[in-house]
Amino acid sequence: MEPLNALVVFLNFVFIPAAAYGAQLALGALGVTLIYGILRFSNFAHGDTMAFGTAITILVTFALQGAGVTFGPLPTALLALPVGIAATALLVLGTDRSVYRFYRERKAAPVILVIVSMGVMFVMNGIVRFIIGVEDVVFTDGARFVIDARGFREATGLAEGLALRSTQVITLVTAAVAVALLFWFLNRTRTGKSMRAFSDNEDLALLSGISPERVVAITWIIVAALATTAGVLYGLDKSFKAFTYFQLLLPIFAAAIVGGLGNPVGAIAGGFIIAFSEVMVTYAWRKVVAYLLPEGLEPTSLLQLMSTEYKFAVSFAILVIVLLFRPTGLFKGQSV
Amino acid sequence: MTEAYDPLRDDRGNRDISITKIGNPPVLTPAENRETRPAPGAVRAFLTAEAMVGGYGRGANILNGCTVAAEKGQIAVIVGPNGAGKSTAMKAVFGMLELRQGTVTLDGEDITRLKPQERVARGMAFVPQTRNIFASLSVEENLEMGAFLRRDDISRTMEQVYTLFPILKEKRRQPAGELSGGQRQQVAVGRALMTEPKVLMLDEPTAGVSPIVMDELFDRIIEVARQGITILMVEQNARQALEIADMGYVLVQGANAYSGTGRELLADPMVRKSFLGG
Ligand SMILES: Nc1ncnc2c1ncn2[C@@H]1O[C@H](COP(=O)(O)OP(=O)(O)OP(=O)(O)O)[C@@H](O)[C@H]1O
Ligand SMILES: [Mg+2]
Repeated sequence: MEPLNALVVFLNFVFIPAAAYGAQLALGALGVTLIYGILRFSNFAHGDTMAFGTAITILVTFALQGAGVTFGPLPTALLALPVGIAATALLVLGTDRSVYRFYRERKAAPVILVIVSMGVMFVMNGIVRFIIGVEDVVFTDGARFVIDARGFREATGLAEGLALRSTQVITLVTAAVAVALLFWFLNRTRTGKSMRAFSDNEDLALLSGISPERVVAITWIIVAALATTAGVLYGLDKSFKAFTYFQLLLPIFAAAIVGGLGNPVGAIAGGFIIAFSEVMVTYAWRKVVAYLLPEGLEPTSLLQLMSTEYKFAVSFAILVIVLLFRPTGLFKGQSV
Repeated sequence: MTEAYDPLRDDRGNRDISITKIGNPPVLTPAENRETRPAPGAVRAFLTAEAMVGGYGRGANILNGCTVAAEKGQIAVIVGPNGAGKSTAMKAVFGMLELRQGTVTLDGEDITRLKPQERVARGMAFVPQTRNIFASLSVEENLEMGAFLRRDDISRTMEQVYTLFPILKEKRRQPAGELSGGQRQQVAVGRALMTEPKVLMLDEPTAGVSPIVMDELFDRIIEVARQGITILMVEQNARQALEIADMGYVLVQGANAYSGTGRELLADPMVRKSFLGG
């Protein structure tokens, strides 16, 4: 029995990757949930908004690298991120002006807006592929590891190595900062409170003199920032590919719905729930179990519930279960 | 174009329903002697809504030439059967409904075409009949949102509201949705007072509260009026409301059936017979 080695394997292959992935999903789900709370529809174009922001950030990163600018041990993409956010904000504000506002003025039902957002999704889909193509793009630079596996083995004398990639640390730190900023904004500032008021009771917000167009515009800008940050972090951690970002829509929606649509705290919890479920269900536990069991009892099978190709089934299953038994999500959200 | 979207609507706009309005509202036709006292048209009061005609969207007229007015620092009360159009009249006065005919003036200025937010900026405040608080925001945040348009220091006004409704101070960190019905109504009125309005419009402020709380709320409303704030309110408890009213309007099918001072209406045999139940 070697519980320490088991713990290291668990941290290395389950906990750390799932935490980083969870933070990325949480940021994505926050964007979805804000749109739902304020504009009252599920934005299917969110994955492609993330892709757009990331694509712009990548181009700026390449330009910076070409000009010889780097960010020391940190990835250059973090320097380019503000530009990506600004470009995405312009894109979504433009989309709102030219598409969504038309339907808002006619007080179209949410289901109509969902269909509209699918149209927007296809357009953004095309734009992103046009800008950056369909291939895998790797844009990580700077230091690769905070702790690398060999160094860890040598330092601890354990058989198993623990690797902590810098992108994982950056993901967690950036996500924490973004979330803290968002909550500070929503709970402490006048504008943030007016957004919550608008989301709570639109008519009364109007009666209080809160301007809906302003609230909507600020929401889009925040969503652009969250989406781009989520996309860039995901891209740094793995790689960028337009199609993958489109596929992220499912786990992101699952996260937002599990947490309770319209509820920011729920979106964060949902992100981690989905990420941990996905990783744990698709991970082969043999090694961990082998370390935990007495010698001679090692399992012969992989102890993997589902192969990684089916990871989307996990989000889907959780989504269905939540919708069946608790349609408003784990935290109090609006019902779907 | 807009027409095509109508059936698709839901979720947005007001959801003005009341437990008393289920099914067909009893029909009460305007009485012969509409002219108990002419609605004050020629004399312009501080807030005057004259000969309002209008309905929701492109639907039929709900208001058929209704006139209400309130003098500065006085209490005007609208009473009438369910579905008479009282709430509709209030919304029309506040610009939440497009008028097909008629004018609304505030302090001599024509505000008929102003948006609700612009009316807020001119010193009007409205407490709707339903959904009149931000349920997920704390009591204090509700009050802050009431003062959204103000850029000056609001702490003094907030203290005044807390003096008026002491229970709110105690519960100021609690989400307003977790308060009792009567406390919520206090939040709603408090929110409206935060703009330091010149005109306070209340749609059934005592709906669903116990008789004791109701008396209490009426007292508070009188207190507010004494500070020089003009009050226009709709009340289901007609008798009590007319007792404190300087002016009263009985609305039937979107038109003035009777109007007069509160005392006059209470004394009018026709009003008593057809409306106050003897
Ligand atoms: N949002 C709305 N859309 C369409 N019609 C409405 C709407 N609100 C009310 N109505 C209609 O307008 C008429 C008058 O309603 P209103 O709410 O003004 O009555 P009320 O006098 O306030 O009644 P109550 O005493 O029950 O509050 C009713 O026939 C009602 O069906
Ligand atoms: Mg009403």
